Amino acid sequence: MKCNRLVDVGRRQFLRGGVLGVAGAAAATVMPAGQAQAQTARAMLDYPSTKLANLADLKVNEPMDIGYPDAESPGILLKLGTAVEGGAGPDGDIVAYTVLCPHKGFYMSYHAADKTLNCPGHFSRFDCEKGGQQVWGHATQNLPQFALRVDDKGDIYAEGADELIYGRLSNVLQG
Amino acid sequence: MAYKRNIDRLPIIPAGAKEHNVTCHYCIVGCGYKAYTWPLKKQGTTDSNWMGEDLSKQQGAETEAWYAPSMYNVVKQNGADVHLVIKPDVNCQVNSGLGSIRGARMAENRRSDVTGSQKQRLTDPMVWRYGTWQPTSWDDALDLVARVTARVIDKDNENDLYVSMFDHGGSAGGYENTWGTGKLYFESMKVKHCRIHNRPAYMSEVHSSRDMGVDELNYNYADYEVTDTIFLVGTNPMECQTNLFLNHMVKGMQNGAKVVISDPRRTVTVDSCEQVAGAENVLHLPITTGSDVALHNTLFTYIADQGWVDADFIAKSTFQGDVAVAADSAYPASLGSFEAARVACKMSLADGAAATGLTEAQLIQAAEWIAKPKEDGSRRKCVTGYEKGIIWGNDNYRAIGSLLNIGLATGNVGREGGGVCRLGGHQEGYYRPSDAHVGRPAPYIDQLIIAGGGKVHHIWANDHFKTTLNASEFKRVYNRRSNMVKEAMDARAGATREEMVDAIVGAINAGGLFVVDVDIIHSQIGQAAHVILPAVESGEMNLTSMNGERRLRLTEKYMDAPGSAKPDCMIAAGIAQALERVLREEGRTEYADQFKGYDWASEEDSFMDGYNKGNPEVTYERLRAMGNDGVLEPVTGFADGKLVGTNRLYEDGVFKRHGREDGKALFCMGEWRGWQAAGKAQQQANHRFLINNGRANMNWQNWFLDQGNEFVMDRFPVPFIQINPDDMADLGIKAGDMVEVHNDMGATQALAYPEPTAKRNETFMVFGAPNGAQGNIVNPGVNELILPDYKHTWANIRKISDATPASAAVSYKSWEVEL
Ligand code: SF4
Ligand code: FES
Repeated sequence: MKCNRLVDVGRRQFLRGGVLGVAGAAAATVMPAGQAQAQTARAMLDYPSTKLANLADLKVNEPMDIGYPDAESPGILLKLGTAVEGGAGPDGDIVAYTVLCPHKGFYMSYHAADKTLNCPGHFSRFDCEKGGQQVWGHATQNLPQFALRVDDKGDIYAEGADELIYGRLSNVLQG
Repeated sequence: MAYKRNIDRLPIIPAGAKEHNVTCHYCIVGCGYKAYTWPLKKQGTTDSNWMGEDLSKQQGAETEAWYAPSMYNVVKQNGADVHLVIKPDVNCQVNSGLGSIRGARMAENRRSDVTGSQKQRLTDPMVWRYGTWQPTSWDDALDLVARVTARVIDKDNENDLYVSMFDHGGSAGGYENTWGTGKLYFESMKVKHCRIHNRPAYMSEVHSSRDMGVDELNYNYADYEVTDTIFLVGTNPMECQTNLFLNHMVKGMQNGAKVVISDPRRTVTVDSCEQVAGAENVLHLPITTGSDVALHNTLFTYIADQGWVDADFIAKSTFQGDVAVAADSAYPASLGSFEAARVACKMSLADGAAATGLTEAQLIQAAEWIAKPKEDGSRRKCVTGYEKGIIWGNDNYRAIGSLLNIGLATGNVGREGGGVCRLGGHQEGYYRPSDAHVGRPAPYIDQLIIAGGGKVHHIWANDHFKTTLNASEFKRVYNRRSNMVKEAMDARAGATREEMVDAIVGAINAGGLFVVDVDIIHSQIGQAAHVILPAVESGEMNLTSMNGERRLRLTEKYMDAPGSAKPDCMIAAGIAQALERVLREEGRTEYADQFKGYDWASEEDSFMDGYNKGNPEVTYERLRAMGNDGVLEPVTGFADGKLVGTNRLYEDGVFKRHGREDGKALFCMGEWRGWQAAGKAQQQANHRFLINNGRANMNWQNWFLDQGNEFVMDRFPVPFIQINPDDMADLGIKAGDMVEVHNDMGATQALAYPEPTAKRNETFMVFGAPNGAQGNIVNPGVNELILPDYKHTWANIRKISDATPASAAVSYKSWEVEL
């Protein structure tokens, strides 16, 4: 339910005209990996729906390594322990982020004491409780966060990202 | 929720896209970027692109083959929409491919009709008509400017024309534009009542360094990489000269350099140095605010007493004798020999410790790291960087002079791994006729305006409302005086030009002020203007500047100006031509002749008319060929198809910045004397909190654009003030609460940000914000030579309201990385 907010933000950007419209319209061959032969071009990127874990696998404040939208794109899945805006799951506290720093792509580490992701490259840091907001740093975007859906069985799926992931000009790699 | 662009793919730069040299126009470092442009309906593919790289794969860290959404936009070029990517240049020596949170948003901060970015940019001249600003033609606007201006100036009598003009490079400055404005006001006219963009008079920020014979930008950035000690004074380079820090200072620390940092607060720079060098190699001196002269004099005394000086250098390159220049109203301290300075500046460890709040052990350690010869007896190399902490601090002249004393005594000027330099704000790009007629001390313009001085005010990218001291009173008076003219104009709506000029002149003779504002956006002081003239920035014109190591580059124009906006030099030329025509019409022929010589077709003509005349080797074509590495000024020749520059100043040990024929550097004979500017001690006694102030990584040097940037405004919807959490608890303030900061001068507002490393009762507020001007509470007291002391302000703090939804949504966590 709370994930819808992300969609809303995307729609607002889209309706403002802007970059997404241009990029989308121009990218006629953009489709998820392995479907490059598909004929239908869509305005928005199709993200895979990828099962990351089950609620039962998560321990509070202990991040689990994930790869999304594919194995080449490392991230973490994290149960924060307190509900946050944009948090998924029954407690509204589950979030997932890339761990590639959007500055120059270094791998970041999680600091449990204040729930931030920290970059060894040039010391940027991002707040996992505030949608990946850059607390201080050099990146020109906040941290890409993955949209999550939790089904009846407690399986957690990632289904999208809200910023461009470092090192790829399309979040879903194109062939 | 944090702001997200929701851009999940970007158009790929095709092979054959146009490539332009770009020097980041925001801060002094001047990082190299490349701007790529290509037609809107074309794009590269994952296997055919500008890099020839396989983009169907995830790229690794520090790849050249990726760009962020902030580096992309759609802009006009020769009238057509084109894609634009501006990304850091991996081959530029300055930044080696690093971007910063400011520069890597250059593309996003361009005006675009297609993406809607920077709609705040001015596109057409505007004139106050019918109670508001109406767009009009250049001819119409310049005619009004010239006719009103001509009524208040005459040959050898230009004191009723006040001029505020930038003196910097980058941004919308640069050699072209400082020359255009300089030629108009200092050659065609001799305007005395002028000031610079960030201070209330027209003067150097570093008088003492120049008077001692040392230009303030004397090293090159590579000196940080080969030094033994980096001494940083009142400067925060991780935030304010980011890629100088990351690409040069970090390398120095990795090569074993120690770091000494003098700053009353623990900045991000301190933390970053500890991360890189290890805490044991970083000495932070959290001095009592304003005690810099005491610190420097104590270190100088101790170092000299230990004999850790470069006797050869002192003998050969510095003045021998006693006093060379005696103190007077133009020289806030006497200048003389090393021995004379030792006597004048003598300060014991005990006195130094008492004044600075440091321990004697800290002082000794600092002196050892700065000057003690190494174990093998060889000289220790030390590079010193300083900035606004002492420039806009207490006793500017002596604070800088006493710091330079240490560099000179230890032979660390003009040597590899040395230098005593300003770190800088904007880039530099100053080329103007002499300003000697302005005088020294220069007139304190903002106070003169408050006192009723001036009839016509020409403003070039200055916003006094955000960057002056005593800003509350300044704004009150300025609004009243400019409103008198607006009302007079409103009363004569429909009048002919001649009648309107008469009405305006009537109002200014009654105490009003006619305001012409040249800027790229409708600024705060611009709200008071009667004529607004739209200017362009770097990239919308060709623009030359030099960075903090004197590296001169040409940024190539890669997009059209917004609307009919023009380079400042061309606007200055337009004003000169309009003045010439009006004066001739009025029969003032001799005066009119002074305004000849502006028949420039482009900014390149201004460059050739100004900078090239003094530096005949340097042309656009040659600079273009030198690319993003450019050439270090001064340029001394042209050989093998390349401009030949100067790697480091004073390698020959001859110092001439003061104009002395003997080429000898002088020492500063300034003893420590406490608060220098009027009213500081009293304000301190009467208020609880120090409101230290300065800049923040995110938006310094580009806040005027960033007030229209969602990524930035989302992080700090209101300017922040960092307060110790115990002080916050005392006052019943929570993180994100809106507080009012108030004192005898006025008030301003800020968002409370808890900062556990802040000393009790010492806060830090971000300076120059569009929506919370710290200047409102700075008293009018200035240092000698009208140097503002913004840093020393005391006030009380009270809560205005709980956090607004925007403020409640942001992170209040520590800025210090946890690895
Ligand atoms: S460090 Fe300065 S010059 Fe370099 S990219 Fe950042 S703002 Fe631009
Ligand atoms: S790569 Fe993370 S801060 Fe530079």
